[in-house]
Amino acid sequence: MAIIGNPKYEERIKSHLAKYETKRSAVMPLLYIAQEEYGWVNPDGISEVAEILNLDPTQVKSIAGFYTMYSEKPKGKYWLQVCTDLPCALQGADDFHAWLKDELGVEEGGTTKDEMFTVEHVMCLAACDKAPMLQCNFRYVENLDQDKMRGLLAKWRAEAANGRG
Amino acid sequence: MHILLRGRDIDNIKQLDVYERHGGFAGMKKALAMTPAEVINVVKASGLRGRGGAGFPTGVKWSFIPQHEPVKFVTVNADESETGTFKDREIMEENPYQLIEGSLICAYAIQAKAVYIYLRGEFWDIGDQLDECIEALRAKGYIGANIMGSGYDCEVYTHLGAGAYICGEESALLNSLEGYLGQPRVRPPFPAQKGGGLYKEATVVNNVETLANVPYILNDGADAFKAIGTEQSAGNKIYCVSGHVKRPGNYELPMGTTFRELLYEHAGGPLHEERKFKAMLPSGGSGPIVPLTDEVLDTPMSYEDCANIGTIIGSASIIVMDETVDMTWVASKVTKFFKHESCGKCTPCREGTYWLDKVIDRILDGRGSPDDVTRIADVAENMAGTTLCALGDFAANPIIHTIRHFPDDFAQHVSAQGADG
Repeated sequence: MAIIGNPKYEERIKSHLAKYETKRSAVMPLLYIAQEEYGWVNPDGISEVAEILNLDPTQVKSIAGFYTMYSEKPKGKYWLQVCTDLPCALQGADDFHAWLKDELGVEEGGTTKDEMFTVEHVMCLAACDKAPMLQCNFRYVENLDQDKMRGLLAKWRAEAANGRG
Repeated sequence: MHILLRGRDIDNIKQLDVYERHGGFAGMKKALAMTPAEVINVVKASGLRGRGGAGFPTGVKWSFIPQHEPVKFVTVNADESETGTFKDREIMEENPYQLIEGSLICAYAIQAKAVYIYLRGEFWDIGDQLDECIEALRAKGYIGANIMGSGYDCEVYTHLGAGAYICGEESALLNSLEGYLGQPRVRPPFPAQKGGGLYKEATVVNNVETLANVPYILNDGADAFKAIGTEQSAGNKIYCVSGHVKRPGNYELPMGTTFRELLYEHAGGPLHEERKFKAMLPSGGSGPIVPLTDEVLDTPMSYEDCANIGTIIGSASIIVMDETVDMTWVASKVTKFFKHESCGKCTPCREGTYWLDKVIDRILDGRGSPDDVTRIADVAENMAGTTLCALGDFAANPIIHTIRHFPDDFAQHVSAQGADG
């Protein structure tokens, strides 16, 4: 599919364009739409966003590259971002992050062979009183330990197998 | 008494009718009955100071906006990204209408055309909730044309960032909102001036917690607000406590409460009973670290008293560390944060954070020499004050102050022979 002409996004794109004084201001929300459509911010998405906003694709690409929440390569079905910043680390987040990579058999930033999970560490997510914690596809999962995490991994695998992931 | 975290006292205050029944929009109604200049004077008289970290007097900031300019904006800084800070999140999750009401009062006071709420990208579900609140308010005539029959028009929008600490810096936030890289601007012109704000129009940028205080100030009066806290630090503050305490979390208490009361009575004391507190970062990663001595514990948490112990209260993101924590490791953690978050525009910050990180890693690995400790202090001192925004200063702080207060923590890692030792 595409973003342009896709009825799924038509209203949202229109409302973002109406919010701002300039078209260019809509580049960030439109990049999120591109990521939603393609699973990552791929060259097609960059070109379409540029076309909608009358920008050069290079300008759009520079914005996508500046921010960490736009992914410039494909990720696993579940993108796990573990906060290992100081407050979380004081509550064992570094060990938790190392254990999780080990459990899934991936290196930092890597994706499991079945393309199910990507694991990486991120900076403070404003959940310091609920450490260890992570974001799974930008949804907060807090107060974690190894048992709870094993349960979640099993649940997500089952959801994916049932097509509900 | 909670002024801000009212979601803890009142069930369902995030429903508009419940918010209205508990005094919601009474402050706005009072503001609309005044002239904009009178509203600014009330906020000035309250003594409210910016809760994002800088502590600048809010009413004074609003008064900088030139009244004759036809187009003005309010931008709400909801980018909450300082290490250890999670207060704005609770305000927006549990008491969202109070933030929007405060933003609208600010908008009326400067006669803004629109309010943009800039949320960190991870807060997309909070953004969805705020969008629903905005629609509910529009349906009841609190947002849009002729607000509450006053003749004043204003729109409110949300905008999501995408993972960049620097966008909490006000001029970087404005660039990001305009669709440019989130990098700081050269000032002047300042955001409050024509040419310096959003779309080059005069703009107030205020933190979430700052604006959430405003409905109370208008409704209960400047004197009621000023009666809370200390002479120079009025009102309540939300203190975010994390690290080695029994009960980490947000605590809303008057400014001027002591660190001891916060950390022992409210946060429950040391996480591990047998260990002593060693140090704290009172303002997240960016403020100077202090040893948790009796003198520090007995210091009131106010702008003026924290200056006396060589630190800042800032955003009040209090990260507590016990005696088992190695301060070289802390310096490394915080440096990695700033290295990652440096936007790359100014050379001292971009290069400085890179080299600080490399040399501290060397020290932690046991490959450093005593000269390396002197070297990182020197690099940090040369970063401070040389960049367009405060990130360069923030990144220098963890190095300068951990070495100053905890030299032994560094000395234990280095030997005179360095790599060959």
